[in-house]
Amino acid sequence: MAKRESSFKNMALALFVITAVAGLAMAVVFSVTEEPILASQKAKINNAIKMVIPEFDTMTVTTLLPETGTDSIRFYNLMKGAENSGYAVETYTDKGYSGRFTLMVGFTPDGSISNIEVLEHKETPGLGTKMAMPFFKDQFKGLKLADLPGEQLKVKKDGGTVDAITAATISSRGFCDAVNRAYSTYKTGKQ
Amino acid sequence: MNQLNNFTKGFLRENPILVLLLGTCPTLAVTSSAVNGLGMGLATTFVLFMSNVFISVVKDFVPDKVRIPAFVVVIASFVTIVDLLMQAYTPSLSNQLGIFIPLIVVNCIVLGRAEAFACKNNIFSSFIDGLGMGLGFTLALVTIGSIREMLGAGAIFGFKFINETADGILIFILAPGAFITLGFIIAILKKINKTS
Repeated sequence: MAKRESSFKNMALALFVITAVAGLAMAVVFSVTEEPILASQKAKINNAIKMVIPEFDTMTVTTLLPETGTDSIRFYNLMKGAENSGYAVETYTDKGYSGRFTLMVGFTPDGSISNIEVLEHKETPGLGTKMAMPFFKDQFKGLKLADLPGEQLKVKKDGGTVDAITAATISSRGFCDAVNRAYSTYKTGKQ
Repeated sequence: MNQLNNFTKGFLRENPILVLLLGTCPTLAVTSSAVNGLGMGLATTFVLFMSNVFISVVKDFVPDKVRIPAFVVVIASFVTIVDLLMQAYTPSLSNQLGIFIPLIVVNCIVLGRAEAFACKNNIFSSFIDGLGMGLGFTLALVTIGSIREMLGAGAIFGFKFINETADGILIFILAPGAFITLGFIIAILKKINKTS
């Protein structure tokens, strides 16, 4: 087949056909993958909730606007039977080293932190990514923010109590910021 | 053309990264570990051979003056498809590679092969070319990723071979390490080529 001439009609036709086929192909793939994508995002959130508060059978979700920050936060009230087994807060910070990262923070009914899971982040591999490792995040376990001055977590460099990750102070500060936001949301949500 | 030759040229002689120096942006950015390099390489390989085949099919139908926009639409569609498939079926890898999958669109290798090869050759040769180039790209990415991971994190494919809490040479995980590693690999290859 000879090469087609670059006439206006040929060019318009060629581009029309190619974009139409491409559009159709993407529409098909999108409709096929839409459900698995939503399911995997949901599974990730549910796994994180189970990691922070392992035992519950019913959960009620409320969306709350935190005192600081721009976006609302999902607050999960977790019950086992008629008894409250804790709360999970899907919190975020915009003070990460590469922008926003999100955490799931669990609170026991008495208001101390049960566990923290890192959901999504873009921190530096090998430095900020260590915030997901036990040696850092386990220091938050059992902490009661109500006992802290100003009910705020701070890294030691800023006069607080948290051991920052070596060479990743900014990520550690962001982590504290996210946990503080979780706590203030927890206080509003509990009422 | 000798198809075997056509297939293997992407590995060393015309390796897209180490010899042609195309697509260094994703190379430097995603190779902080061997697994990331492998994932990015395979995703690019898929896009490369799919777009190569498709472009060689439509090459006579597309007039010369609009060939670049037509190729870009084809490539962008395949990238979107790969991105959606990865989000759906390999969410953790897709999380890791994040922004770099959509960026395959602007990777010069893909458009480069379309321009330099697929629009002049038949379907089978284009398929072989895309596959060979893609695997060459993957090979280079995995090599750089492994070296950086070994030196920077003391691990290989995620298995740590130094003490759990110990650090590697951090600079190799960070951006400068990518440049240093790539530079050394290219230098060694040049040296070997010169002596042989």
